[in-house]
Amino acid sequence: MAITLSDEVVRNAIDTAALTRRLRGLRRRSRIKALLLVAPLMLFLLSVFVLPIGLLLTRSVDNSDVSLALPNTATALSSWSSEHAPDEPLFAALAADLKASSRERVAEAAKRLNNYESGIRSSLLKTARTIRKAEAPYQPAFVEADPRWATPERWAALKQAMPRLTDFYLLAALDLQRDEMGRITGVAPENAVHLDVLIRTFVVSISVTLSCVLLGYPLAALMARSTGWVANTLLILVLLPFWTSLLVRTSAWVVLLQSRGIVNSALIWLGLLDPTQPLELIYNRAGVLIAMTHILLPFMVLPIYSVMKTIPPVYMRAASSLGAPPSSVFWRVYLPMSMPGVSAGGLLVFILALGYYITPALVGGPRDQMVSYFIAYYANQVTNWGMAAALSAILLVAVLVLYALYNRLIGIDRLRIG
Amino acid sequence: MTERFIAFEGVRKSYDGKSYVVRGLDLDVARGEFLTLLGPSGSGKTTTLMMLAGFETPTHGSITLGGGRIERVPPHRRNIGVVFQNYALFPHMTVGENLAFPLKMRRMSKADVTQCVRHALDMVRMSSFEGRRPNQLSGGQQQRIALARALVFEPQLVLMDEPLGALDKQLREHMQLEIKHLHNRLGINVVYVTHDQSEALTMSDRVGVFNDGTLQQIASPHDLYEAPANPFVATFIGENNAIAGEVVELSNGTCRIKASDGSLISAIPGGGLKIGARTTLVLRPERISLAEDLAGANRFTAHVNELIYHGDHMRLRVTVCGCDDVRIKIPAGAGRTPQPGAHIDIGWAREDCRALAQS
Repeated sequence: MAITLSDEVVRNAIDTAALTRRLRGLRRRSRIKALLLVAPLMLFLLSVFVLPIGLLLTRSVDNSDVSLALPNTATALSSWSSEHAPDEPLFAALAADLKASSRERVAEAAKRLNNYESGIRSSLLKTARTIRKAEAPYQPAFVEADPRWATPERWAALKQAMPRLTDFYLLAALDLQRDEMGRITGVAPENAVHLDVLIRTFVVSISVTLSCVLLGYPLAALMARSTGWVANTLLILVLLPFWTSLLVRTSAWVVLLQSRGIVNSALIWLGLLDPTQPLELIYNRAGVLIAMTHILLPFMVLPIYSVMKTIPPVYMRAASSLGAPPSSVFWRVYLPMSMPGVSAGGLLVFILALGYYITPALVGGPRDQMVSYFIAYYANQVTNWGMAAALSAILLVAVLVLYALYNRLIGIDRLRIG
Repeated sequence: MTERFIAFEGVRKSYDGKSYVVRGLDLDVARGEFLTLLGPSGSGKTTTLMMLAGFETPTHGSITLGGGRIERVPPHRRNIGVVFQNYALFPHMTVGENLAFPLKMRRMSKADVTQCVRHALDMVRMSSFEGRRPNQLSGGQQQRIALARALVFEPQLVLMDEPLGALDKQLREHMQLEIKHLHNRLGINVVYVTHDQSEALTMSDRVGVFNDGTLQQIASPHDLYEAPANPFVATFIGENNAIAGEVVELSNGTCRIKASDGSLISAIPGGGLKIGARTTLVLRPERISLAEDLAGANRFTAHVNELIYHGDHMRLRVTVCGCDDVRIKIPAGAGRTPQPGAHIDIGWAREDCRALAQS
């Protein structure tokens, strides 16, 4: 009896181990299958989205142009400090670099160096032409080409430009810079534009989000309450803007809002407006807010609507049976219960608004351009990739910080899109 | 009847302007009464309750509560507690906040709110759950909290709309007793809506049976079961054998009915019977007896069609008096069990059998 029992135990033990193995194998197989199914999308996203954005963002701290063009100078400058006057070995190293590097490379470096000391670009290019024909000792030739080469400040600027990584662009995006001593200071007020743009971007986005909430909430409530063809018609009307291109919709606002446009004509015809002084509704902040609110409204209405749809009316009945007047029913029951939709819509609209570019460009004035406009300006018009990348990075960080804050305050699991 | 507390007079309600959901309702409820509205779905019982709560307005007629007309009073000024079918506890508030809600709406001081909430939780024995959220409670616990919330502001009237519908059988029976005891202890009025007849019979002082928008009968559970006013009530309350026949004799307090196979049955006449009229006999399955010593007025030989085992009792389906679906309920272990195909003697007393006019 004892022997058969222990046999039984042993057999059971073996069975369990085999079963566990088998189960694990089955589970692994289904996991691999699931991974294979999403693999194409993952590869696609990785190759056309994550990778390019990552590469672009590295541009915001990349500073290899100068040190690649002037490797000997970099070595010589590493043991030099700005208390000393520049001496012959420095000049010799720079001369060797200027002779060895291609003209294009020197031009790139010169352009980059101009960020550290204005005027250095033309000076370096001119000096390079002289030095290519010069012989040692080089110091007189340099000083003859540009007397500034004799000053320690010129070399300090060169030294500052040498590190492979730089915070120059990121600081510049926040209207900051490093002085000759390497301390962070504010830029001259006439050059401080970026902080203004960032603040403006946030102010416009918040205003648009708020007006979307104020306009969208009642509409969503109406849609959630209506049934049959009314509900369908309202839904189609909300979705209608999605069916026309952004450019067409924005241009339509130009037609509506311009000084001889439909809105002004109607107001003048009604006698509400002096014909000589039409309202300025476009190419200013008002135009930007009106057009952006219109375009982003569906992103607010749909999440709120879908959450409201799931609130059973019995809660409102319960509240009023407990003695709550209609206003309390709304503030203490309906609004809190629809809040997940409002915060989802708010987050969606706010983040979309932060990146808006075409609409402010078409219906805004020069003082209404948002940060995306400047990113596009740096990337397309002046080919300053560092600046474009730094502004993008700051925008991205701001969004992530907001997202984290939102998660802390409301909880991302409470967010409901549908 | 004592003091009249609720009165419906000629109340009619239509949603679509074409047909009435409730047609001509007259109903009086005494103070402190437990009234149940019973009926199949779509019979108008819930609409009646909703009109009392103020969520629906009657198309015609008047509703008075404690002497004052209330049809135009909005729900939040009626001071009526309502327990809803799926409890309707606010998911974004804790149990304590749910209970405090009606008190805050009445601008009660903070200290009083705390005290009342604690008291109400004690009443339903849920004191330790104050800080929980409704979705952390079981169905029965949510039910108790919903009950406490409807009672915490001490309304004189509490409406309950199928409050036990979502609970399992055992819990439902337990809660029925608990609600009944609360009603007895607090002395408030309860109007209770259900489609479960056993629930209606166990809990109520009186039951109003609805069908097709009209009140069929309103009576105590006993009268409803023993003396149903019409075939619908007889069938809806309890189990019933409906034997069709024709009135051949009618005197004071007794009548004789000729069944379709010619057998004569003695019965108590309901209202509105005439000689020669078609009638439906009401005969409860448990009132038919198989015993050898049948002393009743009605004795027949029946053919057993089927025997159904139910554990504590058995049911026979027999053919008798021209009706092939007469059910007989016999306690298990009551001597010899008849087998299908056999012919047996059955009988019942005249008092257990009522002849009702066919509507």
